[in-house]
Amino acid sequence: MTLHIDIPEETLSSILAKAFRNTAFVAGFVITLLILAMAIVSYAWTPYDVTKLVISDKTQAPSLAHWFGTDHFGRDILSMVMVGARNSIAVALVAVGIGMGVGVPLGAFAAARGGLVDEALMRLNDLVFAFPALLSAIMITAIFGPGAVNAIIAIGIFNIPVFARVARAGALAIWPREFILAARAAGKSSTQISIEHVLPNIATLLLVQGTIQFALGILAEAGLSYLGLGAQPPMPSWGRMLFDAQTRMVVAPWMAIFPGMAIVVAVLGLNLLGDGIADILDPKSRRQR
Amino acid sequence: MTAYLLKRLAIALATLLLASMVVFAVLEILPGDPARLMLGMNASADQVELLRNQMGLNAPLAWRYLHWAGGLLSLDFGRSYTYSVPVIDLVRERLAVSLPLALIALALSTIIAIPVGLFSASRRGRAGDTISMGAAQLGVAVPNFWFALMLIYVFAVWLRLVPAGGFPGWSAGIGPALKSLLLPAVALALPQAAILARVTRSALIEVLNEDYIRTARAKGLPYRTVLWRHALRNAMIPVLTILGLQFAFLLAGTIIIENVFYLPGLGRLVFQAITQRDLIVVESVVMLLVAAVIAVNLLVDLSYAVVDPRLRSRQ
Repeated sequence: MTLHIDIPEETLSSILAKAFRNTAFVAGFVITLLILAMAIVSYAWTPYDVTKLVISDKTQAPSLAHWFGTDHFGRDILSMVMVGARNSIAVALVAVGIGMGVGVPLGAFAAARGGLVDEALMRLNDLVFAFPALLSAIMITAIFGPGAVNAIIAIGIFNIPVFARVARAGALAIWPREFILAARAAGKSSTQISIEHVLPNIATLLLVQGTIQFALGILAEAGLSYLGLGAQPPMPSWGRMLFDAQTRMVVAPWMAIFPGMAIVVAVLGLNLLGDGIADILDPKSRRQR
Repeated sequence: MTAYLLKRLAIALATLLLASMVVFAVLEILPGDPARLMLGMNASADQVELLRNQMGLNAPLAWRYLHWAGGLLSLDFGRSYTYSVPVIDLVRERLAVSLPLALIALALSTIIAIPVGLFSASRRGRAGDTISMGAAQLGVAVPNFWFALMLIYVFAVWLRLVPAGGFPGWSAGIGPALKSLLLPAVALALPQAAILARVTRSALIEVLNEDYIRTARAKGLPYRTVLWRHALRNAMIPVLTILGLQFAFLLAGTIIIENVFYLPGLGRLVFQAITQRDLIVVESVVMLLVAAVIAVNLLVDLSYAVVDPRLRSRQ
């Protein structure tokens, strides 16, 4: 049984009603859904086959036949943007999973134990934060070889301290509450309390941070792919497409414009979604509006 | 206060020490023998062994760490395997590009973000706020290297106002050198400015709700004075925190931007060193960047005390 003594009980329908009045949430939700749909549809259908090179069609400007134009191998940019979405989403999502899966238990543990354990874990956090994330991600992918899997690990590692910090801060605010005291009096262990009472109460915080890290992950993946350290050709990725576009900016600017816009739209959607969720569920930010 | 500062200093030093061990350990487990790399595939095993001895690669691990860490402290970073020059010379040369770039970007970002944040906070909920925060929301989502490509297209390819890349060196004069750093700095600064503007706005809004702001207004102070003297100063702590984080981000962010613009900076040096397995350069530059991040964070901690007198008097 979970006790939420001083949290006003909100019904699902009242939250949903609030959600649909929140512009940021609605916009973010729709955009994120569209990007996801684009990635899913690309498994079944793309306007053209992205693995087929049609040299006679190379670097064609956007037209009715090729909405986003073609690249230097005659591949359809729109199709490549669609397929590239898969890679961005997969890398960023798994990296968030790694960050949450390791970071949240660490943060919750630090908050539950306090004292030396807390201090040690937070200093370890400081250590990871001292390394510029992108630089370390570049090192990791360069050492273990370029590729989507190593990009996931590199980005995921730097999500761990972020989630640990958020989970710890959230948990520390929950621990002094009455319902925790009640659970303790009922003889529950600190692990049980963390899982049954603390975690549900910091889920919102984690969800908001999750969307932010998801967006940052897409940006980081694009950066790594741009440097040639992410997904390898022929698998299309947004960052790699920008790298290919760079030397052809004069003849085929659309090669750079559309993949870049895909990144912007995806990141914008996730950030709006995160802002929206924070607005709807956090009473403090609501008061500030 | 002194106790707090001493604690921060101790933590910073301990973090630096741990970081140096991590960097050393990571590069130690890397595949590839630097001696073999220098001599090429045709060298005999004896030659490689001789060079390994000369380079001190056969000494015990702990001794090599102490030797390396001691070298770092006295700014003796060793010699680059690929360039065959002291690493410190390479670093100094490249820092002359990266540091100005990061500083210009940081200055640009602050100059843009603080007024936008002030403007937005003082017009909360009105059209001006919605538009500038919409722009900031968009700015946060733009990858700086894509923005850089777009800038190159417009200002270098189309308008031909600035070079598309490369760096003439400071010896070519301050004008041309600054000109070639302009687009990279803008590309680095705008996404950062977007984040900073959002933070400034929300910190200001929090402060503007305080009672002392109402008191200041009630005693007849003009809104402008209240905003700049009372609100902004109190909103500085989160803004400074983000500025510190951004400096670290900017230093690392130069890796990609320097690759976009072919700038011979620290980021490009470390990127090339990683691909060429020039470990001693990688170790040195990474440690330098980590030390910079730790130092900046410490400075931010110190600046809290300057901005907020309450922290100074607290025991």
